[in-house]
Amino acid sequence: MNAAQFVLDVLSLGGAYALMALGLVIVYGILRLVNFAYGELIMVGGYTMFLVSGSGLPWLVMAGCGLTMAIVAGIATDYLAFRPVREKSVTAVLITSFAFSTLLQNAALLFISPRPRAVPLPELFSRTVEFAGVITPARNLITIAVAVIMLGLFSWLMRSTALGIAMRAAATNFRMARMMGIPANLIISAAFAISGLLAGTVAILWIGRIGTVVPGIGLEPLLIAFIATVIGGMRSLSGAVVGGFLLALIDTTLNYTLPQDLLKFRDAFTFSLVILILLWRPEGIVRGPASGQRT
Amino acid sequence: MPRLEAASVTVEFAGLRALDGVSLTLEPGEILGLIGPNGSGKTTLVNAITGQVPVAGGSIALGNTVLTGRTPREIAQAGVSRTFQIGRHFDNLTILENVATAALGKGASVRVALQRATALVEEFGLARRLDDLAEVLSYGEKRRVEIARALAGEPRFLLLDEPAAGMNAEETESLIEILTTLPADRGLGLLIIDHDMGLIMRLCERLHVLASGRTIAEGDRRSVRDDPAVIEAYLGSGDEHA
Repeated sequence: MNAAQFVLDVLSLGGAYALMALGLVIVYGILRLVNFAYGELIMVGGYTMFLVSGSGLPWLVMAGCGLTMAIVAGIATDYLAFRPVREKSVTAVLITSFAFSTLLQNAALLFISPRPRAVPLPELFSRTVEFAGVITPARNLITIAVAVIMLGLFSWLMRSTALGIAMRAAATNFRMARMMGIPANLIISAAFAISGLLAGTVAILWIGRIGTVVPGIGLEPLLIAFIATVIGGMRSLSGAVVGGFLLALIDTTLNYTLPQDLLKFRDAFTFSLVILILLWRPEGIVRGPASGQRT
Repeated sequence: MPRLEAASVTVEFAGLRALDGVSLTLEPGEILGLIGPNGSGKTTLVNAITGQVPVAGGSIALGNTVLTGRTPREIAQAGVSRTFQIGRHFDNLTILENVATAALGKGASVRVALQRATALVEEFGLARRLDDLAEVLSYGEKRRVEIARALAGEPRFLLLDEPAAGMNAEETESLIEILTTLPADRGLGLLIIDHDMGLIMRLCERLHVLASGRTIAEGDRRSVRDDPAVIEAYLGSGDEHA
């Protein structure tokens, strides 16, 4: 086992996981509600790229289309699934967000196809490069670079902009933030838009590994994001990032160490470890503010 | 300069009258003390003015702007802010950011909000703790941050609900110093609820006394202090114990 190879694998997988988790927790942090349609934002990003693949546009423009539609779908989730029932009950939002998820998946089944569809990828994604003495797919390095850029951008946004400070205030004490005059609906829509942007980024990186998109593609990222945020700490943005990298560390370690015939049960081992982590720290690794309440 | 005016305000909780036709005016630049025994409706009046509880009767206005029936956010935007008996903070924001939120809520840019917050935090003697998280502050410091935060929104009227509660003598002293200069410096109308009569008598020229949801006295602090109705409300009627 090569140490450099291992580190690269953990970082590239962890970067993708961290972005997934961040996209989920940005909404949860403010509303204390899990958006179960989050995976479908990734799907929308993927299908948008498939739909524009014949257009002959440069790849970056196509990627931009994918990102834009993921953001639009994120904001649509707020308007269609959350806003009408937000004040009513947790159960209502749970059901509407599942319904919106099913609606989007079935739309993809009906109007596109249940079969995998190829997504345009630049030639760079499939190339392998030598880095730090290891031969590795270029997309792994791209994933790490993109994750670093996105996490840096995100951290700047949350620390140094009016929107970021307002979002963090709303995530700690929503009612108080409202009393300070912070516009609640705008903050919530912004959180969904950022969630969509992260989902769109994940769509490009995630689909870059397989090259195709299917209607159910969002399920695995949703599950990963959910587990990463739970072990990292549901109430903290940095917790989501920590959780993402920890989950990637667990997955990669198991990939390297499990014997071949046990490898297909990898997820069972992963989840056992997740249970152990939660027994050790039921609130997750990074503790967020204790005052948070559902609005 | 408009004044804040509550006229015959009545508030009911499940048929029980918490406030019964209370009228109160607060002028810009003055400090008014709102006092009364426990349960007399002081906090309820502040809640009614800032829109946290619905008003069953009467009206509240800031100059010509009617505040009755508006949301807490709209009332804050109109220029009436408050602090709470139990301090409420954004625990995972720094002190500077906590104070800045009120300015941001009023639509200030980040740069302006942070500048204004820095000046306020320094004025309140917390300059060395700008970047500490709010959750690590002592009780007295939290109260100061809360007042600084309310001021960052540049309100025209500020209602303080027991600002000195839980403060030690030294902290109370520095709070009194800050509060004394606020109204004149900013043309701010300040209403203070507190049980510490020493603090009230030093800060407030004018007093308004509630008992059982009704106004029993108002006016100049000396006349109010010597008013038999006030003495009776605080000490009970002498006859009962005779």
